[in-house]
Amino acid sequence: MIRLTDQSFDPGGELNDFCRGRSQAGAVASFLGIARRDGGEGLELEAYPGFTESEIARIAESASERFSLQDVSIIHRVGRITPGEPIVLVLTASAHRREAFEACDYLMDYLKSRAPFWKKEHGPDGEHWIEPTARDLGDVARWD
Amino acid sequence: MVRVLLFGKLRDVAGWREKTCTPDPATLSALKALICADDPALSRALAAPGVQAAVDRVLARDDSPLNEGSEVAFMPAMSGG
Repeated sequence: MIRLTDQSFDPGGELNDFCRGRSQAGAVASFLGIARRDGGEGLELEAYPGFTESEIARIAESASERFSLQDVSIIHRVGRITPGEPIVLVLTASAHRREAFEACDYLMDYLKSRAPFWKKEHGPDGEHWIEPTARDLGDVARWD
Repeated sequence: MVRVLLFGKLRDVAGWREKTCTPDPATLSALKALICADDPALSRALAAPGVQAAVDRVLARDDSPLNEGSEVAFMPAMSGG
């Protein structure tokens, strides 16, 4: 399931829902990204409705294939996000733990620099757009 | 007529979010030339590393053809998560 939302969400509830009734998966891994304060008043995330969901679905499909996932769920915030709120939740289910862990890592690397989102930080010195860092680009290149 | 959308920093540089244009000839590079004709700052911003374009929500290249009614999006380097 791919979901973009402009509302805060409950990561624990989402994890419970994802695990419910799952008897074939030996492993569920999760990654939760949280907005850091960094001296600012928060973030604003912009997406391209329709295109962003379809690009994330493409990334999720490649992860499912590469890591033999049984299921994957990605929830990503858009709009204004205050420090401490969740930004992104990635959940993966597989037969064994290694694939579930690695798929979370892969999905986050792709979401950081290859999914259509644009992030503006509202800091003490005003607003500025955040570009992917050299580390983000290096992280995603590991999977090429 | 094509619909042009700008995202992220590109929108702030250009000062607009959306407009309709009639590029001639109808390619992505012709459209770029048209929207940058009187905006050197946008021209520089579109040439920055990581900028991509989508035509009808599919990633496109400079020589990609445009059709009547196409939706063209210019997107700066992506940064989610």
